[in-house]
Amino acid sequence: MTTTAGASAALLVLADGRFPAGGHAHSGGVEAAVRAGRLDDAAALERFCRGRLHTCGLVAAGLAAAAATGHDPLALDEAADARTPSPALRATARKLGRQMMRAARAAWPSAALDDLAAARPRGAHQPVVLGVAAASAGLGPPDAARAAAHESVSGPATAAVRLLGLDPFEATAVLARLAPEVDAVTAHALRRAERVAAEGTDALPAASAPLLDILAEHHAAWPVRLFAS
Amino acid sequence: MHLDHPETYPQRHAPALSAPDPRPDGRRRALRVGFGGPVGSGKTATVAALCRLLRDELSIGVVTNDIYTREDAEFLLRHAVLPPERISAVETGACPHTAIRDDISANLEAIEDLEEAVGPLDLVLVESGGDNLTATFSRGLVDAQAFVIDVAGGDKIPRKGGPGVSTADLLVVNKTDLAPLVGADLEVMARDAKAQRGDLPVVFTSLAQADGIAPVATWVRTRLAAWTAAA
Ligand SMILES: Nc1nc2c(ncn2[C@@H]2O[C@H](COP(=O)(O)OP(=O)(O)O)[C@@H](O)[C@H]2O)c(=O)[nH]1
Ligand SMILES: [Mg+2]
Repeated sequence: MTTTAGASAALLVLADGRFPAGGHAHSGGVEAAVRAGRLDDAAALERFCRGRLHTCGLVAAGLAAAAATGHDPLALDEAADARTPSPALRATARKLGRQMMRAARAAWPSAALDDLAAARPRGAHQPVVLGVAAASAGLGPPDAARAAAHESVSGPATAAVRLLGLDPFEATAVLARLAPEVDAVTAHALRRAERVAAEGTDALPAASAPLLDILAEHHAAWPVRLFAS
Repeated sequence: MHLDHPETYPQRHAPALSAPDPRPDGRRRALRVGFGGPVGSGKTATVAALCRLLRDELSIGVVTNDIYTREDAEFLLRHAVLPPERISAVETGACPHTAIRDDISANLEAIEDLEEAVGPLDLVLVESGGDNLTATFSRGLVDAQAFVIDVAGGDKIPRKGGPGVSTADLLVVNKTDLAPLVGADLEVMARDAKAQRGDLPVVFTSLAQADGIAPVATWVRTRLAAWTAAA
């Protein structure tokens, strides 16, 4: 896919934490990890984010890259379901996908987004929508994958600042230290996405994070919580 | 200056952003009214009283934005001001002001889901969890907004101003029954509010009294009549 002039700046819009697609209300498992006593400082946040990046982040980046390549988003949506055993996390992914769809259609209207919205009115998995949105913005698979990988750690870092009163400079330094790994995960996801044309969606990464799945199920059952997930 | 948009902008599909207005049946979509203001000023009590008063004449839905996920929604459910399927709680990640102003996507979805489940609705009341004096609703989310403060918060609040106090379509000064107890001077509050707001309306309420909601209900009815007439 060719990138058009201005496309790299579009990535900044898409990956901006203020992009109005619902992410601010989600902690990516941080709230549950904090309550479970597993996360209480910047070092623990870094370990948490690293784990999330190489599991959920890698899977999301693969899906986003494949969607941005133009592969059938509905097949990718099924592949995302197959890679998301936790019902709570499936619901979250579709909710965020629906919100991303609204923002993306406002920002970069396209037939591809309209078609996916019509086929999945309750929301497709967020990384799939992200990939289609990236393509609509004139971005290619690398940018889509990078945005997905980045988001897998930036959301949790922001949530940790709010939940723990963590020093925001420390949290940002965590993200900066993880940046090379975000790039590596992006590259890995891209290599897998390139195989989808020949091998189908089974070629996409399917790393899992069982503890995140379990934490998400617990979290969804709490009567009182600050974050939606 | 370089104008580089020879073709017209791609047509925006209104339903992608918000509910279509008018609806496919030709009626206007529900009027959306936001209620913001500091914690404890009486927003939930106002929403509850409005529901009790108006529910027999209007089809109403309520969306709450809590700091702690479902507190306000549960109060409304417990007091059965509306059937449960008409009340929806948006989870805000500890930041109601973000969910009502900066990223309204979850609220728009909650409204659309209510409309789909129990619509057509005439009126949607959106409550923001008490947050701070600067929190206002996005114009993309609500058609009109009321800012609720109370006399117990101190009679200085109108003077301090802030976007809620000075720009909301209605300023509600609630709990007037407590004014003598907390030494709040209602005349001072009225004068300061006038200075901040010019001609924008201000009402004083006491929800502790029977029909204390009347001034707010009158305002809502007027807004609704104007909304419907503009179809
Ligand atoms: N005395 C008095 N109490 C009120 C009035 N309105 C609300 N309250 C009480 O103030 C408390 C906070 O009200 P609530 O509606 O939950 O505030 P919110 O945080 O703005 O939603 C509750 O205990 C209400 O019963 C009023 O007009 N007079
Ligand atoms: Mg309340």
